[in-house]
Amino acid sequence: MTKSILLVGVGGQGTILASKILTNGLMEAGYDVKMSEIHGMSQRGGSVSSQVRYGDKVMSPVIEKGKADIIVSFEKMEALRALDYLKEDGTLVVNNVEIPSMSVITGDEEYPSDVLEEIEKHVKAIVVDATALAAGIGNEKAANIILLGTIIKSMGLESIDWDSILEANIKPKFLELNKKALRVGMDAVA
Amino acid sequence: MRKLMTGDEAIARGAYEAGVSYASAYPGTPSTEILENLSTYPEIYAEWAPNEKVALESAIGASIAGLRSMMSMKHVGMNVAADPMFTWAYMGVNAGNVIITADEPGMFSSQNEQDNRNYAKSAKLAMLEPSDSQECIDMVKAAYDLSEQYDTPFIIRMTTRVCHSKSIVELSDRKDAAPKEWEKNPAKYVCLPAMARKMKVNLIERMRKLAEYSETSPFNRAEMGSTKIGVIASGICYYYAKEVFGEEASYLKLGFTNPLPAGLIKDFCSKVEKVYILEENDPYIEEFVRQQGIDCIGKDLFPLTGELTPDVIRACVTGSPVKTIEFDRSKLIGRAPTFCAGCPHRGLFYRLGKRKDIMISGDIGCYTLAAGKPYQAMDSTVCMGASISIGHGAQRAFNAQGVSRRVVTVLGDSTFFHTGINSLINTVYNKSNTVNIILDNRITGMTGHQDNPGTGYTAKGEETTLIRIEDLVRAIGVKHVYVINPNNLKEVDDTLDKCLALDEPSVIITRWPCALKKFSKEDKEEFDSLFVTKNKVDPDKCIGCRLCLKAGCPAMQYVKEDKKVIINRSQCVGCDVCTQVCPKGAIGKED
Repeated sequence: MTKSILLVGVGGQGTILASKILTNGLMEAGYDVKMSEIHGMSQRGGSVSSQVRYGDKVMSPVIEKGKADIIVSFEKMEALRALDYLKEDGTLVVNNVEIPSMSVITGDEEYPSDVLEEIEKHVKAIVVDATALAAGIGNEKAANIILLGTIIKSMGLESIDWDSILEANIKPKFLELNKKALRVGMDAVA
Repeated sequence: MRKLMTGDEAIARGAYEAGVSYASAYPGTPSTEILENLSTYPEIYAEWAPNEKVALESAIGASIAGLRSMMSMKHVGMNVAADPMFTWAYMGVNAGNVIITADEPGMFSSQNEQDNRNYAKSAKLAMLEPSDSQECIDMVKAAYDLSEQYDTPFIIRMTTRVCHSKSIVELSDRKDAAPKEWEKNPAKYVCLPAMARKMKVNLIERMRKLAEYSETSPFNRAEMGSTKIGVIASGICYYYAKEVFGEEASYLKLGFTNPLPAGLIKDFCSKVEKVYILEENDPYIEEFVRQQGIDCIGKDLFPLTGELTPDVIRACVTGSPVKTIEFDRSKLIGRAPTFCAGCPHRGLFYRLGKRKDIMISGDIGCYTLAAGKPYQAMDSTVCMGASISIGHGAQRAFNAQGVSRRVVTVLGDSTFFHTGINSLINTVYNKSNTVNIILDNRITGMTGHQDNPGTGYTAKGEETTLIRIEDLVRAIGVKHVYVINPNNLKEVDDTLDKCLALDEPSVIITRWPCALKKFSKEDKEEFDSLFVTKNKVDPDKCIGCRLCLKAGCPAMQYVKEDKKVIINRSQCVGCDVCTQVCPKGAIGKED
C-alpha cells in the first residue's frame, strides 16, 4: 500500500531539505520512493510543496486531492490551503507560525485571525510550535527537522536509522542540533 | 549503486554514462539542472550559451567534429533553437546528438504550455519520452547508440513532473565513446538546395526505418491485464494511469514516440474493449491513433490544458469531482511570489510604476512580477528579449498616431544577452526613441543563479572575459547610456526624467547584484557595503501611514496593535529603499 506525505510551506522554510532526508531514509529502509516538488518560484516567497510517496511499488509521484495520509504544514495559512489534499481520516500537523504574504503586507488582504479554528472545525490537527521549540534548542532554523520528526512519529517510521541519514545529509557543525530537533519533533506527537 | 535522482539529474547521469563529452544549454525552468549537473562531471565539457539557438548550434558543431553532444532547454527555448534544428534533421549526425526539451503542462514557471512533441513530428526527428528517472538514464544511453546507428539527432521530451520528481535509479560506469573521425563531406553538412533535396529524400527514408524500429523498441511495450479498458500513455501519464486503473486495465506504454508504432497500436487496440489515450496537452498520440481508423477516447473526455494528474483522470472517468474536505475558502489569502528583501528591482519598479502616460514593455525574468501589486509596472510580456522590439513597435505606433505616450522597455542582463541585443540593434537602426532599461543584477536570477556572458565566469566556474553591457550598447550606437544604482530612488527618477525627454533611444543600466547571489570577488570590489547593514524603524517617528509598505518589501510588516511598521531583522539586508520612501524620516540604519 502506497503512503502519501505532503509537506507544504513558504519558500525558504526548509521543506526541501526535510523531504530530502525523509526520502533518503525511506529508500535506505527498502521502500520504493518517489518525490515531487514544484520550486520554480520558491525563492520568491511563494507557496511551496514537496510530495513524498512510498511503498512496495509507487506509481504516481504526485498526490491526489483527498488522498494524503499526512500533511505537515510549516505555516498556518498553507495548512488551510492544502486541506483539499488530506484524506478524511488523515493527520494534519501545523506549525503555529504566521507568515504574511505580500497582499497582507501591502494591506490588500487581511490575514484571518482564526485560521487554526477553521482547520480544527474539519480535522483534528496537531499544532506544534516548531519555531519556538527550535529556538529552545538553540537555532530557529531547525524547525524543519522538528517537523520532520512529527512525520516520522505519525507514520510509524521510528525504526529507521535516522541518525545515520542525518549524518549523510547535514553539515557536521549542525548535526547534533538536528539530531536533537528530530527527537523534539517525535516527542511533540503523542 | 542505487540513488534517488530527479529526472534532470538522471538525464545528466545518462549522458555521463553514455560517454557524452560536450553539452550546452540556456537556463530555463524546469530544464536548468540538467546542465548544472552535466557541468559537475570532469569528463564533460559543459557551457551556458547566451540562447538556445547558439547552444544547439555549438552542440551540432561538436557532433560534426566527432564528440557525442547534448543540448537542453525549456519548451519555449525550442522556438529559438528551431531554425538550426529543422536543418540539422536533414543532415544527420557524426557523433550522437541528443536535444532535451522540458515542457511545462500546467505552466508553473512559463508563459505558455506548448507541446514540443509536435516539433519532433514536424522536424522529423526521432523522439523518446521518459516516465521516471531510471528511464531518463536508459533512454539517454539508448538515444546515443540509435542516433549514430540511424544517423539522426534525437529529441527527449520531458515534462516538469519528470524533470523535478525524484525516483530511485541504478548507476553504472561511464562507457567512453571513441571520437568519430571528421572528414570533409559537403553533401552531408552543407545545406545548399541541391544537397538538401537529396538529404530530404534520405530523411524520409530514415523516418521509414525508424518507424520499423519503433514497432520493436523496448520502450514501446504492451502490459496486458483486464481487457475491459486499454490505456495508451506516454511520459508521466503512464504512471498516472497505473495509479488510477491498476490491474483493471491493460496498458500500451509508449516511450519511443516519433515515429509512433502503428502496428503495435493496432494490435493493442484490437485486444481491448475501449481505448483511453492519456497524454498532457495536445492530442498527439490520439490523432495518430484516429488516423489508423481506430476509435478511442481522448481529448473529448480529458482536458487539453494543465496536468493530467490521477485526480484529474479519475474525475473525468467517473464524471464526478474527487471528494475533499469542505472548508471556508473565504479564509484563504493569496501568496503570490514577490521580489525578495533587498531585490535591486524594487527601487526601479516602485518609481517606474508611478509614472503617468508611459507603456512599459516587459520581458521574462523575476522582474515580470512587477506586473502585479504593488508596482503594476508592466504592460506586456511575450518572450525572451521581446521587450525592446515590442517597445519599438509600440513607440512607432504611438508616434504615428500623434500620441505623446512614451514607451519604456525593461529586461534583465541575461535576457539582454539572450535575444534583447538584436532588438536593441533594431531600435537604433530604425531610429526609435524608446527608453530601454537593462536590469543588471550580475547573474541569471530567475532560474537560480547561473553565470552568463556578463558575470565573468563560465558554467564550470572558470574565469573568463566579462562582457560589459554599457560597452556593448555604446558599440551598437546608443548615445545616451546611464549606469545607475537602482536602490537610489533620486538617481532612478532623475535618469528617467532625462531619458524620457530625449528624442533618441537611451539605455539605463540598473547595476546592483541580486540579494541572493553568492558574490564574486569582483562584486565585492565594485559594490560598496554590499548588504551588510540593516534598516530599522524609529517608533517615535513612525506615524503608521504605511506608505513604506507600498514599496512591497517582504521584510516589513504593519503591527496593528501599535499602529507602527516594523522591519524583520532576519530578512532585511539594508538596501535603504524604505528609508527613501518614508515621508517622516522614521527609517534609518541600525546602530
